[in-house]
Amino acid sequence: MKAPGFSRKTLCIPYAVFLIFFVVIPMCVILFYAFTDSEMHFSFSNFLRFFSDPTKLSTIVYSIVISLITTVICLVIAYPVALILARSKLKKKFIILMLFVLPMWINFVLRINAIREFFNLLSQADALSWLETANIFKTVVGMVYDFLPFMILPLYTTMLKIDDSLYEASADLGANSFTTFFRITLPLSMPGIMSGVTMVFLPSMTNYVVSDMLGNAKVTIIGKFISDYFGNDWHMGSMIALVLLIVVFVSTWLTGGFHSEENVRGANL
Amino acid sequence: MNKQLLIKCLKAFFVGLVLLLLYAPILLLAVYSFDKTNMIGRFEGFSFTHYAALFQNSKVLGMIGNTFLLAFVAATLSTILGTMGALGMFYSKKRMKMLIHGASQIPVINAEIVTALSLAVTFVAIGLGKSYFTLLIGHMVICTPFVVLSVMPKLKQMDNSLYEAALDLGASPFKALMQVVLPQIIPGVISGFMLAVTLSLDDYIVTMYTRPSGFETISTYVYNATTKGNAHTAVTLASLWALTTIIFVVIVLFVLISNLTGRKKEADR
Repeated sequence: MKAPGFSRKTLCIPYAVFLIFFVVIPMCVILFYAFTDSEMHFSFSNFLRFFSDPTKLSTIVYSIVISLITTVICLVIAYPVALILARSKLKKKFIILMLFVLPMWINFVLRINAIREFFNLLSQADALSWLETANIFKTVVGMVYDFLPFMILPLYTTMLKIDDSLYEASADLGANSFTTFFRITLPLSMPGIMSGVTMVFLPSMTNYVVSDMLGNAKVTIIGKFISDYFGNDWHMGSMIALVLLIVVFVSTWLTGGFHSEENVRGANL
Repeated sequence: MNKQLLIKCLKAFFVGLVLLLLYAPILLLAVYSFDKTNMIGRFEGFSFTHYAALFQNSKVLGMIGNTFLLAFVAATLSTILGTMGALGMFYSKKRMKMLIHGASQIPVINAEIVTALSLAVTFVAIGLGKSYFTLLIGHMVICTPFVVLSVMPKLKQMDNSLYEAALDLGASPFKALMQVVLPQIIPGVISGFMLAVTLSLDDYIVTMYTRPSGFETISTYVYNATTKGNAHTAVTLASLWALTTIIFVVIVLFVLISNLTGRKKEADR
């Protein structure tokens, strides 16, 4: 018999109300602004202006290219690291993993500031003075530095789940290490690659703090673009935000969502 | 045999190199935070000047206080809201669960700039403007879904018959929830809280869009100090090196202590 007035289901009412007011309604407001003009009449003008403006489209392409480069570099560095750690027989390997996660707990902007100072020091050397104006290079390095743990963690978690007996079986059946890698390790670590890629690709397209602090505000990524428009034209800003929203949701849906969100910041370590 | 040793060395070298690059900027700042001058590149002499400057600058101390207070309040409220939400969702019908879970995933997947912009536009549209309240809501929007995500798996692992047993033995549903269910999910609640704290401490974009004017957190302060350099002196920038070093040391200590006590608990079991 249940006591009247208390049901466990009712516990989610505050959260549901919170979500409606501060997540669902704001999304609707963005949708509303995206499809209205400055007199609040329904119009497709923002939509048409967006897709007919070559500078807007080229900014988006430029931003996507920078994110792609960042993601590929992260993957190339993180994959071997994760594989070495996951396959290592060391008893204390989680300590090494911890070392990769630890810098993430320093404030994100302070960390970017540290790289900024690092580049300043390097560019004092004559041979490296080109660094001072290498805005795109510095932005990409900064993003890789910042987002690398987001790539390592999901890769490591999925690789740890690969059964050792598969490697033994592969070796017993005469496969060399290349075959083993391409037929066992790579396919089985695919979910990790997917969630790592989403977790690096999306923020590197939108997190403009890195590009502002390291690129001398000369590198405009989509996130910066939206925030610039927000200053003077909410309708256009909302339209770009809506486009980004759709891109993000479609790519998340395609890659099957985030798998190890609770592992992301090492909360489970 | 020799070849294997070589491979082992190469692996260790690679992991070590990546770690070195990851820590180089932070260690650089740590070294120069003890320098007399505020120039990186030449170490002029050991001193605590920058630390003294940090602790004498009331503006800097104020923003550090703001950051931690905000993180603590936002994380506490998010943890309560998120835990209640997760409990309620867990016991709700499938359809309700899917709906709330879907809405809850929006801020997780969404680009931070889109979340921030949608909140800012909504707050202005309904006349709330920007205040401490909107800032707190903004932080709760990005934190709470992660609390839900870390509590949910614990609920799924929980032994449901214990709750039934408590009811059979005469406990009220509320009492059973607090004394039987809550202790079982508490690890998830704690890691959710920790996650919320780190998310709030790290946040720049949402803070930027929802904060009342004049309110600074570490993120906004450092961002402004480095990108709009003219308003800040080199002395302030140098005291940020000291801040980075202090935060780094605190984190290392925290990780060491929590690992040691964690090990002890495991041994006790």
